[in-house]
Amino acid sequence: MAQQLRPSKPADKQPKIDWSRRQEAENFAETVKLFRQGKIDHDMFRRYRLQHGAYGTRMTDDYAMVRIKVPAGQIYPYQLEKIAQLSEMYSIGSAHFSTRENIQLHWVILEDVSEIMQSLADVGMTSREACGNTVRNVMCSPMSGVCKDEIFDATPYALAIAKFMLRNPICQGLPRKFKFNFTCCEKHGMIRIVDVGLLPQIQEIDGEKRKGFKIFLGGGLGNRSFVGHQLEDFTPVEDLLYTSMAVIRIFDRMGDRKNLSRNRMRYLVDQLGWEKFQNLVLKERAIVKATQSVIVKLNIDDSVNEIQRPISVTDESTSIPDGYARWQKTNVEKQSQSGFNSVFIGLEAGDITANQLRSVADIIRDYSAEGFARNGFSQNIVIRYVHDDDLTSLYSKLLETGLAKSGSLTMASAVGCSGTTSCNLALTNSHRLAKEVQRKFLELNFDEDDDLRDSTVKISGCPNSCGQHQIATIGFYGGGGRHETNMFPNYTMSLGGKFDEDATLGHHTARVPVKRIIPVILKIIELFKENKQPDDTLAKWIDRVVKGNESSKITSVEDIKKAIAPIIVPPKIEDEPDFYMDYGSDTNYHTVTGKGECAA
Amino acid sequence: MCCMIDSDIPIINSKILREKLQENSIRIVDVRRDQEYQQGHITNAVNLPLAKLLADDSPEAIQKIAQDLGISDETPAVIYDDTFGALSSRVVWALQYIGHKDVKLLDVTFSQWKELGYEISTEVPEIETATHSVKINSEIMATAEYLEKVKENENVVIIDNRERLNYLEQHIPGAINIPYRTLATDGKILRTKEGMKTLLKNRGISEDAEIITYCGSVGTLSGLAYYALKSIGIPNVKLYVHSFKEWKSLEKPIDKQENANYWDLSAE
Repeated sequence: MAQQLRPSKPADKQPKIDWSRRQEAENFAETVKLFRQGKIDHDMFRRYRLQHGAYGTRMTDDYAMVRIKVPAGQIYPYQLEKIAQLSEMYSIGSAHFSTRENIQLHWVILEDVSEIMQSLADVGMTSREACGNTVRNVMCSPMSGVCKDEIFDATPYALAIAKFMLRNPICQGLPRKFKFNFTCCEKHGMIRIVDVGLLPQIQEIDGEKRKGFKIFLGGGLGNRSFVGHQLEDFTPVEDLLYTSMAVIRIFDRMGDRKNLSRNRMRYLVDQLGWEKFQNLVLKERAIVKATQSVIVKLNIDDSVNEIQRPISVTDESTSIPDGYARWQKTNVEKQSQSGFNSVFIGLEAGDITANQLRSVADIIRDYSAEGFARNGFSQNIVIRYVHDDDLTSLYSKLLETGLAKSGSLTMASAVGCSGTTSCNLALTNSHRLAKEVQRKFLELNFDEDDDLRDSTVKISGCPNSCGQHQIATIGFYGGGGRHETNMFPNYTMSLGGKFDEDATLGHHTARVPVKRIIPVILKIIELFKENKQPDDTLAKWIDRVVKGNESSKITSVEDIKKAIAPIIVPPKIEDEPDFYMDYGSDTNYHTVTGKGECAA
Repeated sequence: MCCMIDSDIPIINSKILREKLQENSIRIVDVRRDQEYQQGHITNAVNLPLAKLLADDSPEAIQKIAQDLGISDETPAVIYDDTFGALSSRVVWALQYIGHKDVKLLDVTFSQWKELGYEISTEVPEIETATHSVKINSEIMATAEYLEKVKENENVVIIDNRERLNYLEQHIPGAINIPYRTLATDGKILRTKEGMKTLLKNRGISEDAEIITYCGSVGTLSGLAYYALKSIGIPNVKLYVHSFKEWKSLEKPIDKQENANYWDLSAE
């Protein structure tokens, strides 16, 4: 095997922003002690804990989940190595990539959280305001800067907003959590399902091309979900901060602080009506601008990232590893920069071992010309600026570390929230179910089927929406069902959800027992295959069915219900005991939940 | 005690050992497998594959092992491995258990020693057998019976050193969990003293407590914890050497974290 030695590797790229504040770790340790001694009451401690990114754990006060914020999803190799080490020292030896570009460490002993914070400070990271009634992690599309359809790169603006809001007094005690999503284009972001969603635009004003955004307000997923409204035709970048501040000030002043289940901003928008809310924002923005005692500005760092193809030992052999074509088709996107690709690494429901994290760090160093990676929106990692000539070699490395699963960009990569693996609110093991669905889909080669590619499966373990089931082509949320005297995990299925420019919430279709979910999905795919048009996709077909625009044998959701009805009939417990058990459990199902913390 | 500073703390700094390498009076013991040892070891080290000690860890068997390795009551001994110090800890503990007074745990693994650029060799030293007595040091050992008797005592802390998921799944009632990975620091098998003290302080563990460590089956991971605690001078530490495997086989009570499917969060 001929090997060619390229010049030696450059040093690790360093992030431009240090998000940490070391003092917070010591304070946290002290506060835990006071709480254990009974000197701080439970509610006050919980608020403090959440503000610092430590979430409660299922049925216990002894453990926490530490949510590490990754603003705009930008993550550096040595940060991944640190998280690998922390997962072994203080967690379960695996870490979890969330749907909001955070990285989570589960089952951490509360008394050890401060040690994690200390170590995060060593690599410039923080968990501050990753939970609680604050501005949560500011997301940015993993394709920002490399997307073929983007107008300009929103990343510097996402980072600037994150920097401005972190620890800022204006957002430390909001009525409820508050989320910003930036995107490159409609397809790659989720701008219409958050409090503030931002899409880059350029408009010519007085003969001058000016950067700005389309801003969407008041969207969000949850027990009741809403699609965001566009504030105005065009918001120039100079108004980005003032608009953001105005929205936060209105929410802070008028949001519902009493009714815990209705205190996200989307309920305020719904209650006031969009026009009234819109007017309030525009007026408030004028006031914000007019009443500043000092000029408040975003610190936008739009210096160009250095792109340098990393230079290591190249494998010159011409043999292409098994499975490469399938992986390449379903995990790699061409960038707008010629010769470069973005590689999506799929994780089962977002989980990755410590050793795999270390391998990813090495792979970023060896293959990414920008020297860092991005967390994706679907519990995945995106390594960008990979040269065409390096793809096969990168694939071999992923194979070695067990991360070469195909189907990252397809329906096969099902999303599942943490469910009963760690969450107090969960009713079902949605996390394991997502893994089971993914395994089945890959076994059936669904990832290679172009008809299914643009569809999604997303699963939540309760009616809340961490698994984002409402925007899935086929979405599920967990609950309990009963047959005779026995309970079984029973999911509510919704069809036809979308998060692009026609953002639509899924249509509740049927309740499906957990052990029938895979057969039901397969049945729906079968119906689609029998009735589809040439060049049709599952997502388009379901969209027509849900909207009553389909003219084949299946014309409505009712027809789908009829077709799956025989599959979902509960069997007698003695005929099929497994039906009454959740995945990952060998005892009969019963619902157990603790108190949720979303509303703390 | 010819060479060791602060002999209450049975840990030796790699730099100090390196300076002493040529003194034939120290017996350095490599506890990796024979093949690994043959491919290169710390200069002058002899080999004791851990499996040999585990095959029979009666005091008489340990005595014979010591004698065959040329370790007399007075021979200073240093033990190392390449498994984050867990295997070597178990051997240091065994020698201390039969009453050896000058045995130390090397504070780095063989890989870390190599990374430091320190001397290694493939030469196998000649061994002259020695005579070693047996004076059982029962204070450092906990049996299942003892553990059961004292576990409710206020001043007793039981530490489970297995990984978090194993602990959640089942553990000795009342035990707390400090996974063995928590004990190391970059480039050394143990935390800094300050780091170890902070860990205990955060966990509310008093340095005056009687601490009993255990792990899965043979007292390796918990052996490392034993020396992590000793490294900061904690006086009363015991190793429950036969650990959770024995506890289960004796059908003693077991606690479990209920109503959560934490295993499904693992990507293993």
